[in-house]
Amino acid sequence: MSSHAHGAHAAHAMEAPTGFIRKYIFSVDHKVIGIQYFLLALTAVLVGIVLSVLMRLHLVWPNMHLPFVPGGLMTQEQYLSLVTMHGTIMVFFVLTTAPQGGFGNYFLPIQIGAPDMAFPRLNMLSFWVTFLAFIAILAAFVVPGGAPISGWTGYTPLSGLGEVTGPGEGWGQTMWIISISLFCLASLLGALNFIATLIDMRAPGMSLFRMPLTCWGWFVTAILGLLAFGVLLAGGILLLLDRSAGTSFFIPAGLVVNDQIQPHSGGSPLLWQHLFWFFGHPEVYIAILPGMGVASHVLSTFARKPVFGYRAMAMAMCAIGFLGFMVWGHHMFVSGMSPYSGFAFSVLTMSIGVPSAIKTFNWLGTLWGGKIQFTTPMLFAIGFVSLFVSGGLSGLFLAQPAVDNLLHATYYVVAHFHLVMGVAAIFGIFAATYFWFPKMFGRMMNEPLGKVHFWFTFVGAYCIFMPMHWVGIAGGIRRYADASAVQYLQPLQPVHQFMSIAAFVTATAQILFLINFFWSLKSGPKASKNPWNATTLEWITDSPPPHDNFGGHFPSVYRGPYDFSVPGVKEDFVPQNLPPQDVKREKE
Amino acid sequence: MRIKKSESGSAASAALLALLQVTMVVVTVYIFAAKLYSPPAPITDIGRAVDEQYSLTLWVTAVVFVLSQLGIAYAVWRFRDHGQRAHFSRGNNTMEFIWTTATIILFLGLGILGRRAWAEVRFTPPAADAVQVEVTENQFVFNFRYPGPDGKFGRLDPKQISASTGNPLGIDSKDPAGKDDIVVPTLTVPVNRQVELHVTSQDVIHNIFVRELRLQQDAVPGLVVPIHFTAEKIGQYEIVCTQLCGLGHSRMHSYLNVVSDADYQAFLKSGGQ
Repeated sequence: MSSHAHGAHAAHAMEAPTGFIRKYIFSVDHKVIGIQYFLLALTAVLVGIVLSVLMRLHLVWPNMHLPFVPGGLMTQEQYLSLVTMHGTIMVFFVLTTAPQGGFGNYFLPIQIGAPDMAFPRLNMLSFWVTFLAFIAILAAFVVPGGAPISGWTGYTPLSGLGEVTGPGEGWGQTMWIISISLFCLASLLGALNFIATLIDMRAPGMSLFRMPLTCWGWFVTAILGLLAFGVLLAGGILLLLDRSAGTSFFIPAGLVVNDQIQPHSGGSPLLWQHLFWFFGHPEVYIAILPGMGVASHVLSTFARKPVFGYRAMAMAMCAIGFLGFMVWGHHMFVSGMSPYSGFAFSVLTMSIGVPSAIKTFNWLGTLWGGKIQFTTPMLFAIGFVSLFVSGGLSGLFLAQPAVDNLLHATYYVVAHFHLVMGVAAIFGIFAATYFWFPKMFGRMMNEPLGKVHFWFTFVGAYCIFMPMHWVGIAGGIRRYADASAVQYLQPLQPVHQFMSIAAFVTATAQILFLINFFWSLKSGPKASKNPWNATTLEWITDSPPPHDNFGGHFPSVYRGPYDFSVPGVKEDFVPQNLPPQDVKREKE
Repeated sequence: MRIKKSESGSAASAALLALLQVTMVVVTVYIFAAKLYSPPAPITDIGRAVDEQYSLTLWVTAVVFVLSQLGIAYAVWRFRDHGQRAHFSRGNNTMEFIWTTATIILFLGLGILGRRAWAEVRFTPPAADAVQVEVTENQFVFNFRYPGPDGKFGRLDPKQISASTGNPLGIDSKDPAGKDDIVVPTLTVPVNRQVELHVTSQDVIHNIFVRELRLQQDAVPGLVVPIHFTAEKIGQYEIVCTQLCGLGHSRMHSYLNVVSDADYQAFLKSGGQ
């Protein structure tokens, strides 16, 4: 497909919309949709942070009257509903929304030289279904019985029998299932779009191995999403049927809850776990892979050096994605699943450490010998690597079932996944935001404010989550509303106090980001096309880009994405679209 | 608009980042190594094996952790922009091969070494004369059932469950084998004898965890999962539930009492006092 014919076709399909509604609300422009996803994630993360602050307040000051809590003093079930909603909102509406739906939507087409996604109307549908899903999860707070208490993992039978197992398990759990199911649907549609776009709409010269690593990240993530979300959707439907249609996919016979024998038989609680985690494990790679792509991209740009081992990085992402489908049982070592499967899952899980280690060494290699410029996006990218190492290594303990006997369901697990998801992946989002803000909004963010935001968040994150490992090793159990019933938990309270205070300070520091973001939208200095002297295609067009991304001048690509400091070349960067004859050489 | 290339700005960020990395490493390694927070000593042979595997893993991860994090600290300081040109390199296949192979050997080796501590509890069958105890959990209590002198557990009938009349497990009144069953809320076992627990639940998924045993098992309704251990130290140890089971999750609490053989016989004779 020649670029001219493609461009003409695209131009016909992509007439710029007029009117406020078509331009900003029901838009088919991937750039608008990307920003909509980003703003949705921003709203969700603020809700999620409030929930976690309430949790941390309750854990150290259980007798404090709290805002937002009906009745003032938090009850056990209110705490558990916070746990459930915090996890659900953060994992789905922040970590699966901003990196892929937000930045992926905005920048995948531009980085590959395309005018839009393959299916712009499907793209718009994906966003609005995600938006509906967000409304549905928020609705869980206000329906009769309140929000569910079964955790973001929703294990059955706790989640499968209705209100009889606990408060929030009636309408709240139903809204949870509806929300997640809508989210799955939207994500499946999005994944299709990403894959079709990436395979079919790359500019001339943009071979797969000339794509920026950000695109590789979005690519592997989309494949994971396509294969995993369907399973959760199926599981959600089966759970809904168990709760309302008298089926028993997940409920065995003879259960007695509150002295009532439950009218179910033949089902398996472990089946839910298998379905959930078959989705759940790829899901966490969906959360981190785009961030890995961004980290590589930003590290290279501000070290003024090619990514060390570009091909290995791309292949490592594919390996992580592939292996990510084979390890779900490591969440189920003590579940009653066959211990032989446990051993198999363990070996596979330890193997995932290998491509992750390769990526870590290559990030270090990218920095090594560089000319490092400590802009805000660079600080967050370096922070990403540090946090990913810390969080990833604790996974090695959890991957071994013998050690898992001690650490399963303790705060060690909570520390692990927060470091990799709740901080490293978030740092990926921050790095992306500070890096691409000039391109998206045509203005620069404030550098000093950005740096202060980084220092507070980096130190704060380590202060919150490193001590959490120690609580876990000592036997601190997760999802406990309070420690009063267990004697051995009492000496751990000072650590909880330290973590809570660190959490309050870190949460407050995020205000610096909000101020910077919204102030810069209006009053930041105007941005040029390429303020960072970067090499990839998004930096050859205006900030912000025109409706068709390139103003009719669709680029061709002549080289890979990270040609920085090439020997013999005058500038320390060579854009991908610059023909070889136009590259200015150094005088002899 | 070009990014500021001020040398002093670059040095301050580089120095601070390097310093924070080093501080983080020192504090983390110290607290892990000094075992400032650790579980109590294990009271079983397998528990010690778990601890050995944990220590081995800690060593391996410590080496990788220290090297990478200090590597970051060094790199950001040494290669900060102070006017130099970056060293162009697309990578180094030899290094890739070396560190990939090293990682494979290290990680897979760790996994394989940990096999014994897992296998002995879960794969190998219990001794024929192991003490048999049923663990039945529900919202939000632990119930432990012993078969009594006849050595047989009575049949259970969900319709006969009545906590208020002292039959929380629903032992069938028509089954003579159940007449001498002992049902108690704490777990009493003799020291140095293997105990086999049959773990299940009446309602939602629960869990039984004793730190000193380095052992936990989910209690799943519809499944009875056997685990076994041999406790070597007399004492009282806390039992908790680690699987989210409803609003009383953090209140589910019991005790493992490891007692002398004489005390255990007295416990059985008295019907569980």
